[in-house]
Amino acid sequence: MIKTTDEDARPTRQQIIVSGLGGQGALTLTRLLAEAGAAAGLEIITSETHGMAQRGGTVISMIKAGPFQGPLIPAGEADTGLFLHPRNLAVHRFYLKPGGAVFVNTGAAGDYANVDGHALAKDHGLPPVAANLILLGYAAGRGGLFIGPDSLAEVIAAKTPERFREASLRAFNAGLAAAG
Amino acid sequence: MGNEAIGRGIVEAGCTVATSYPGTPASEILPSVVAFAKETGAPVYAEWSVNEKVAFEVALANSMSGRRSAVSMKQVGLNVASDPFLRAAYLGVKGGLVVISADDPGPHSSQTEQDSRFFAMFAKVPVLDPVSPREAKAMVGRALELSERYEIPVMVRPTTRVCHARQNLACGPPQILDRPAHFVKDPRRWCATPLFVLELHRLLNDKIGQIAAAPEFAPQLTRGDGSFPGACIIAAGVAWAHTADWLAELGLLGRIDFYQVAMPYPLNRDFIKKINSQYKQALVLEETYPVIELQLGGARVQGRASGTVPQAGELTPDVILPVLEAFLELPPRPALQPPAGGDRPTLCAGCAHRAAFYAIRETFPGGIFPSDIGCYTLGLNLGAVDTCHCMGAGISQAAGFYRAYAAGAGNLPTIVATIGDSTFFHAGIPALLNAVFSQAHFILVILDNATTAMTGHQPTPQVGLTATGEAGHAVLISDLVRACGVGFLREADPYDLPAFMDLLKSADVFCRSPEGGVAVVIAKHPCLLDKEARKAQPAYSMCVTEDCTGCRHCLDDFECPALSPDEADGRVTIDGVRCVGCGVCVHVCPEGAIKASLTKG
Repeated sequence: MIKTTDEDARPTRQQIIVSGLGGQGALTLTRLLAEAGAAAGLEIITSETHGMAQRGGTVISMIKAGPFQGPLIPAGEADTGLFLHPRNLAVHRFYLKPGGAVFVNTGAAGDYANVDGHALAKDHGLPPVAANLILLGYAAGRGGLFIGPDSLAEVIAAKTPERFREASLRAFNAGLAAAG
Repeated sequence: MGNEAIGRGIVEAGCTVATSYPGTPASEILPSVVAFAKETGAPVYAEWSVNEKVAFEVALANSMSGRRSAVSMKQVGLNVASDPFLRAAYLGVKGGLVVISADDPGPHSSQTEQDSRFFAMFAKVPVLDPVSPREAKAMVGRALELSERYEIPVMVRPTTRVCHARQNLACGPPQILDRPAHFVKDPRRWCATPLFVLELHRLLNDKIGQIAAAPEFAPQLTRGDGSFPGACIIAAGVAWAHTADWLAELGLLGRIDFYQVAMPYPLNRDFIKKINSQYKQALVLEETYPVIELQLGGARVQGRASGTVPQAGELTPDVILPVLEAFLELPPRPALQPPAGGDRPTLCAGCAHRAAFYAIRETFPGGIFPSDIGCYTLGLNLGAVDTCHCMGAGISQAAGFYRAYAAGAGNLPTIVATIGDSTFFHAGIPALLNAVFSQAHFILVILDNATTAMTGHQPTPQVGLTATGEAGHAVLISDLVRACGVGFLREADPYDLPAFMDLLKSADVFCRSPEGGVAVVIAKHPCLLDKEARKAQPAYSMCVTEDCTGCRHCLDDFECPALSPDEADGRVTIDGVRCVGCGVCVHVCPEGAIKASLTKG
């Protein structure tokens, strides 16, 4: 993965999946990415999982930036995958295109980019659920997203309730720092 | 979100009453109405009604008083509201009435994948089928205008992928329609006896005929360049959006005639003629039943009814592609099969429903357990839910199982029905009253967690808060149970497992006594997704001692997500992240190997 900092060089058409277990904060990640994309003037459409699957079941959200009409990503077409749990690789990796960027919240290395969100959260005195923003920061730092770290940090600051704002930004920055 | 867009559309179009009963994928519509009404100062009365039938009738009377109204529900909610819905088509409305029935192709979170557009056709009510959140918002306003012009209810039918999609859209100011309530008495219409109903039916047919002839909702054509002579693709709803994306990707957008049907019923009359005269073959992509296809008719038309398109399930991009490839005679791409698997949902760590289900199954190992619809349907993972049918059915089914077994000579198994608090209000009360009156014998456990948890924590009538968060007149479940004539009623917290199991045994004794009947146990403990409730209860620090034998009883029969087997020795470990420290599992371990020490409370 080539690290990009130049906003102009980022793709304006990108399909991302966010895969996790209910309660891990996949919806929050999805909304932050969508808000950041919309704030940057991109056409964004997303799809979310609601209902019973949110009770700890496998969930997936999709974010499409660019001139798309429908909210779903076909198999083998996603550019980037954010996996909040390594177990989900077996279930949702087929959405990724060959060579697509895969970021996983896990301490175990594999054929993907990984960051141990739970360990980092503990190091920074954050609750385990902060692993979602750590993973987002990590992916943004590695240049895997259509939107840069600065824009994402702005949206996190703007959209997070005040009492969680500082902790959320700390989690995002921890992930960003881990990306090097 | 699509549901927020619909809520915004309701406020902008000048509705003064919006009612609903929560259900995925429609639950966020009413809270959005409340939020946008507050933000804009629009005078909208918003109500979580006790069920969809009630919601429909409240909105209907506002409409009969000349004011715009909206009622929203999930598709199976329309089954509950079908009685007033069908009659309202005949009698019509005055102020616009939009009926939002959110379908769930797949299904993802429903007991059927029925198509509300078919229901609209059955009722002879026009229906609009939005492709996106943006269009859903616009369609609410258009539906209300159409409704007022023809004095007929109009349905807007979004699907899960519209309800739960997000995109940016422009917001406008709310229309403030200065229309004081003005109900004009007209017994021939509003009380129509069979004599007048026939005439009203003729009038309804005229309205539908005029709407089918009007050009404003005729399908929109993206014209092809003649590359595919004699062929066209017709799509509606999100299936249109996914088809458009594929055509763009394949470089075929603008190469073949491609129609979007905004109003699947009544299908535009000229469009039907045109398809049947100008094309040799037409492919119809729609969710979930062949509503458009059947209206078009004829051998030229291919779709779900003809079997060209799979006859069940959601039309995802992956389902649509091979259909398009076959129809357009394109070389097929290799299909990627999604792998099976994934984690099944389960009750949350610390959920009191888990304790109640564990107690029921352990106390009555040979019992029959009819249940109902909500988070607690997940009690099936614990072997304590044997049926899940439709709202309220668990209680009536318990009475039916009693009749089935009481008629035989064999032992009567203990029958324990479970129902959530919101479901009890929705459809459980008539079922309970019926069971008591008809002298059925069973135990009913009402799982009272003080909220409608599954759909996002809408307050029940017992909580006493209205949709806008103000104090209402609270109605207690215990009072209703007593009023239904129940002779045995106890309330208990299932967290105290031994006491709860003793209570179930005494309920069984009552049921089996000659003067017994229905015994009701209200299992009271708040949903822990309510952070205040979680903070208010004691918390324990849990550990597993050397005494754990790896017997898996707690894993298989209690299934708390905080418990998992150690890969090395098979002993149980407790995930400190997921554990909420409820301490219930202490009572579950047969070896006494799970220990708790109080850390808070």
